[in-house]
Formats: sequence, structure tokens, C-alpha cells
Amino acid sequence: MTIHLLYAFAGVALCGIGLFGFIRLDHLLRKLMAFNLMGSGVFLVLVGLAQRVGQPDPVPQALVLTGIVVAVAATALAVVLIRRYYHLSGQITLAEPGREPVKKPAADAHREGPTE
Amino acid sequence: MTLWLMAGLLFTPLAWAVLTLLVDFRKGRVVTWLGILVQVLVSLALWAAVASDGGFYYFLGGWQAPLGIELRVDGLAVTFVLLTALVAAACGWHASVYLDPGKSWHRYFWPLFWFLWAGLNVVWLGGDLFNLYVGLELISLAAVGLVALGGQAAALRAAIRYLMAALLGSLAYLLGVALIYGQFGTLSLADVTALLSDGTVAAGQTFPLVLMLFGLALKTALFPMHGWLPPAHGIAKSPVSALLSALVVKASFYIAARLWLDLGGHLGGYELAQLIGVLGGLAVIWGSWLAFRQTKLKQVVAYSSVAQIGYLFLLFPLTWGVTDAISLQAQQGITLQVISHALAKAAMFLAAGNLIMSVGSNRVDALAGVSRFLPFSLFSFGLAGVSLMGLPPTGGFAAKWLLLQASLASGQWWWLGVLLAGGLLSAAYVFRVYQASFIDNTDTDHFFHPPKSLEVIPLILALLSLGLGLVAEPVLSVMALPFEGSSR
Repeated sequence: MTIHLLYAFAGVALCGIGLFGFIRLDHLLRKLMAFNLMGSGVFLVLVGLAQRVGQPDPVPQALVLTGIVVAVAATALAVVLIRRYYHLSGQITLAEPGREPVKKPAADAHREGPTE
Repeated sequence: MTLWLMAGLLFTPLAWAVLTLLVDFRKGRVVTWLGILVQVLVSLALWAAVASDGGFYYFLGGWQAPLGIELRVDGLAVTFVLLTALVAAACGWHASVYLDPGKSWHRYFWPLFWFLWAGLNVVWLGGDLFNLYVGLELISLAAVGLVALGGQAAALRAAIRYLMAALLGSLAYLLGVALIYGQFGTLSLADVTALLSDGTVAAGQTFPLVLMLFGLALKTALFPMHGWLPPAHGIAKSPVSALLSALVVKASFYIAARLWLDLGGHLGGYELAQLIGVLGGLAVIWGSWLAFRQTKLKQVVAYSSVAQIGYLFLLFPLTWGVTDAISLQAQQGITLQVISHALAKAAMFLAAGNLIMSVGSNRVDALAGVSRFLPFSLFSFGLAGVSLMGLPPTGGFAAKWLLLQASLASGQWWWLGVLLAGGLLSAAYVFRVYQASFIDNTDTDHFFHPPKSLEVIPLILALLSLGLGLVAEPVLSVMALPFEGSSR
């Protein structure tokens, strides 16, 4: 067990937490943050695992930089879409209008923030 | 010569994306027509060059891997580049007439269209795993933007759902790439294959491949992960739906296929291949059945995409552990299926857009009586349907014939049931639309007539799909040994 493997394992753990949140959470912004957490985990795996030769490898670092740019672009697009969607429909989940949410509304009220 | 062609192919879409960002819809339309002309000519010239001289590796800006971008220009890649040019040209032309210039946000169609085209070319030509990821993300983000162009809350909901699925798929793929890099120390698909076949690295670690295939299957909407596709493709504007169904889902499938054919032999297994094949078979049957049950016209076409995508995944069982001859037959069948579905589905969505425009409703039963007024679009819809059913002499027939032979030759007779049932079910949902359009007992004889050019475009695409079966031999010969151009 070396120090860089520790980074890789931390990355896997982050990925797992992110995936759990991505699937379980309904609130779109929370989903998006879970996605970002997963992304960070993947980047950590990418950098950590490639160090096994003993020295840092420049290639994955360049890749992670590109990956971060892609993730920022995706996040920005998602935030714009979610914001516009909220303005148009007043919803912050993807539930179809007219169809009752799976959970009880009372339990959701405090989690989902203001509804206009 | 090839230098200029490659530069034209990769540079034009990005340059045009920036150019069209600066102008309004009408000017963007004119600028785009010029760009489409350039792209089609360049794609044709590149295709001709590869057809006569064979494929080659191209290093962007002279930079070698691992930091440079390595492009693999082989017969299969240029065939898809040419297919993209044809379908995107048709959709761009259709959109320039179809979209309403009065709505200010429609001007963003053009930059997104060009970014999408750039991403598609990157994926067809990409030779290393990370650039394929960047290409995929470019495609996904542009496609999500195009879906959201509809503007209403429902379009945004579909777009967000699509975006979430696409992001999860990309991350799964990227994690797989990270693990592959950690194991092999290279990102080039050809190098990984070489390392695996030299036996210098212990094989048998299937997990990265499974992760990547899962991510790509999610982006291709393989059953049971197809939930995001029908809302997104159904609600988008018709030219956008055509682009998404014809090209975008094929991009992620193309990467999955290349991964499988290069790495599957070492890292895959019989169970994995059969599992993916079974999911594909279920997609064919379940997707066709749901297409039959839909009440909205574009949802019928969208579920039909889910079904037709299912056929593509028969590639996995039919190329694993079989002789080279059978594998080649299956690859050719799948390639023909990709091409014929791209042409037929683009034609179908564009024709469906015309029909909806003319009756002013997207319901199937609203089509009653339209057969007297819009025979042209209805005819294109039917021709495309014939190709989806796989009747001779269409491209769909040639594709399914090759798949049939490959499954018999490899002893996997159970895929025959899928091929036959899929053909019958697709006949059912196409005829259902026809039945609705020939009902003549309504009093409505007030139909909007779309401009002639809108009706001609789907007809051209449908005829191309129909004629593909007749010219299958020359098309296949250009992509001869399509996936095996790994000599450097």
C-alpha cells in the first residue's frame, strides 16, 4: 500500500459517494453536485494510479486539466438549463407535472427549498 | 493534399461554429449553406483519397502521441465522415427552411449544429481513448443544447434528463479510461491492443472495459437504459431529432464497437458478449412494441430508434470467439445497419416533422385524411419504414441478411428470432401510421402545405436508404477490413 494508491482509493471512494448521490437525490442542483464529486473522484484515480512508476506522470495531469474544463462546461450548461427550467415550471426535480412524486410531499417540502 | 483535406475537415466546423455565433438566424443560414458545401466536398475528396490509397494515421500539427492528437483515418472512419456530411447537410438544409426565423433563440441552432458536426468528426477519426472522450462530451453538450432549443418546460425537462444520463455515461467511460491508463500507461487504442496481444501485460482485467461499455451503452440508449431517449428525441425540433437519432447515438456506439473489436478478444468474455446481445435483442422487441403503442407520431419514431439501436448490439456476440470470416460478415452487417438506419431515420423524422406541420398536431390519429394532401411526405415516411422493416432491396435488408448469415454460421441461432420479430413489429408500427393517415371520414380538409423543399429532402434520404442495398458491395469494399487498419 503506497501513498499514490491511497489517492486512487480515495478517488474510488469519492466516485462511489457521488454515484450514490447522483442516483438517490431528486433535487437537480444536488444531482449536479454529486456529478461534480464523481468527476473529482475520477480525476484523482487518473492522477493517482498513474504514479505507480515512482514519479509523477505529466500525461494524466494534462488530461485532468482538459477533463476539468469539460466538467466546468458541462456544469455551466446544466446550471443554465436547471435555472431556466425552474423559471418556466417552478420545479426543481424531473417529476412529470400532474404525477405525484414518489415520496410524500410533506417530507420533501423542507428539502426542496422555496417553490414559487 | 491530404493535409489540406484533414485541415478542412476539422477546421471548418469549428470556424463556422464561431462565425454563426456572431450573426442572426437568416445570415447564419447563408453562412451555413457555404460551410455545408465545403464540408461535403472535403468529405467526398477524403473518401475518394482513402478509397484509392488506403487509410493512414494523421498527427494533428505534427505532434506525436501521447501529448499530440492521433487520428486514425481508415475506410470505416471516412465512410462515417461521408455519412455524417450527407445527413447533416440534409438536416441543416431542412432546418434552414423549417425553423422559424422570428424566434430569436433559433439563431443558436447554427453554432450548436456546427459544434455537433465537429464532435462527430473527432469521434469517427479519434485514435486515442481520451480524445474520444472529449469528442463525446462535445457531441453531448451540443446535442443537449439542441434539444433545449424547443424552449418550453417539457423540452428543458427532456434536455436535463438527457444531460444527466450523458454525464453519467461520460464519467463511467472516463473512469474506465483512467484504469486503462493506470494499467497500460498509454491512451492510444492501437498501443493498448499491441500490448495486450504481445502478452507483456497480464490480461483478464475486464472491469475497465465493462465500465467503458456501460457508459457508452447508456449514451447509446441500450435497453434498459433507454429512458432518456424518447422524450429528448420526441420533443426536439424535427431536424434536431433527425440529427440525434441518425448520428449522435451512433457516435457512442461506434466507440463501443471499436473498443470491443480491439480489446474484446482479450478482455471480454462469452458471458459479457451474450449479455450485451440479449439486451440488444430485448431492446428490439420492447422498443418496437412501445413504438406500436405510442399515440404521438414522433414518439413512434423515437421508440423505433430504441429498437433499431438494439440490432447494433448484436455485434458483440457475433464477433466474439468466432472465425474471422464470420466476424467480418457481422461487422459489415452492423455497418450497413448503422448507415441505413441513419438515412432512414433522418428521412422518417423529417417527414414526420412535415406531417405534424401540415396537420398542426403531433397525434397519430390526427393524421386522418392527410393521405390526400401530403402524399410526398407520407411516401418518404413509408420508404424509410420499408428500410427499417428490412424488405429487399433496401439497405436494412442487406444489413439484416448479413447478420442472419453471421448468426447461423456462428451457431447462435437464437438471434434469428430477434431479427424476424423485429422486422414484423416494425412493419406493425409503420402500417399503423399509414392506417391512420388513410382514414377518410373526417371533415377536416384544411391542411397547411409545407414548402416543396421540405418535402424533397426526406424523399432524397429515403431513396438513398432504399438504394443502399443495391450498392452495398462497393460501399463495403471501401471499408474492407474496417476495424483492422492498426498497422502503423
